[in-house]
Amino acid sequence: MSIFSYLLPKKQRTASVAKERLQIIVARERSMRGGPDYLPQLQEELLAVVRKYVPVSPESVNVQVDRDSGCEILELNITLQDHQDT
Amino acid sequence: MTKIVVVTSGKGGVGKTTTSAALATGLALRGFRTAVIDFDVGLRNLDLIMGCERRVVYDLVNVINGDANIRQALIKDKRVDNLFILPASQTRDKDALTQEGVEKVLNALRDDMAMDFIICDSPAGIEKGALMAAYFADEAVVVTNPEVSSVRDSDRMLGILASKTRIAEQGGGDIPARLLLTRYSPERVLRGEMLSVEDVQEILAVELLGVIPESQAVLNASNAGSPVILDTDSDAGQAYLDAVARFLGEDLPHRFLTTGKKGLLGRLFGGQ
Ligand SMILES: Nc1ncnc2c1ncn2[C@@H]1O[C@H](COP(=O)(O)OP(=O)(O)OP(=O)(O)O)[C@@H](O)[C@H]1O
Ligand SMILES: [Mg+2]
Repeated sequence: MSIFSYLLPKKQRTASVAKERLQIIVARERSMRGGPDYLPQLQEELLAVVRKYVPVSPESVNVQVDRDSGCEILELNITLQDHQDT
Repeated sequence: MTKIVVVTSGKGGVGKTTTSAALATGLALRGFRTAVIDFDVGLRNLDLIMGCERRVVYDLVNVINGDANIRQALIKDKRVDNLFILPASQTRDKDALTQEGVEKVLNALRDDMAMDFIICDSPAGIEKGALMAAYFADEAVVVTNPEVSSVRDSDRMLGILASKTRIAEQGGGDIPARLLLTRYSPERVLRGEMLSVEDVQEILAVELLGVIPESQAVLNASNAGSPVILDTDSDAGQAYLDAVARFLGEDLPHRFLTTGKKGLLGRLFGGQ
């Protein structure tokens, strides 16, 4: 890019605002895709099973599929509440 | 071997049909037998851009339904040897496009018509028509304008291409996808009003097939019904010729990235 564009008043450089916004939204959308289509339902059902035994909120479950050198890893993270006196 | 190429974008009106017409014509000019298919069922447009609208008898859906065979439906271009057009149907029935039907048409183009390239002009969106145009592709050209919603939609389309093609479903991974940035205005980039080619490349992280400048020649070409790549004196025509060369593996520098109207200082500091 030309150095002149840096000399312009800041409010005119809308392209840099566009770039920043795009980087954020694209990163977020990418992190939510790529997994198999059954993932959301799997997450629901796992949550239902776990809830029979311990109270957990939907946000404390995280299902993720990672592809690593040819093999796929299904990763399930459930954060339980601190106290375990049940 | 026949290569199937989808020209797609997600967002509408970014230049897919203009690009499909130019790419198909450019490949045919290089001596490859090339067919270009309009997948925009309901909204036929490619025939107008190719200037063959008055010669349409049968269309894609007629071939799928068996009302016509591929030889009857293909329109042979009058200007360029080796170039054939398969128009879209104007039926409003979106279910007319079935996966088996599309496969049958593509197989006929490969086996009966011995095509080297089949260019699939995708409709906008990420619905059935766009998915059908992409499903059998070996390669993709993603058409993007330097503008937020187009870039975001292109990224979504790249995600779809990575999982929703036959090759991906069979475990073949992502098909090669390349970016064609169109309606580029170096003046506006210089003023900081438009995303630069570097910006878009950084966000989408795919190989750059070419940059097509915003050009009056595109409108002139569509008015005349002659693909802009045949207007070899125009900036857009030359940019498409370069893109076709790169598509075939040639290594050419990108042109039309800087403003033409620059003085000495501009040239010193304008970059590139
Ligand atoms: N490089 C360019 N310079 C100027 N105008 C252009 C350029 N490329 C495309 N256009 C114009 O943009 C409009 C849309 O182009 P086109 O029909 O190729 O887009 P599309 O992606 O196929 O649209 P749709 O999503 O509706 O199928 C047309 O009016 C065309 O003339
Ligand atoms: Mg179109």
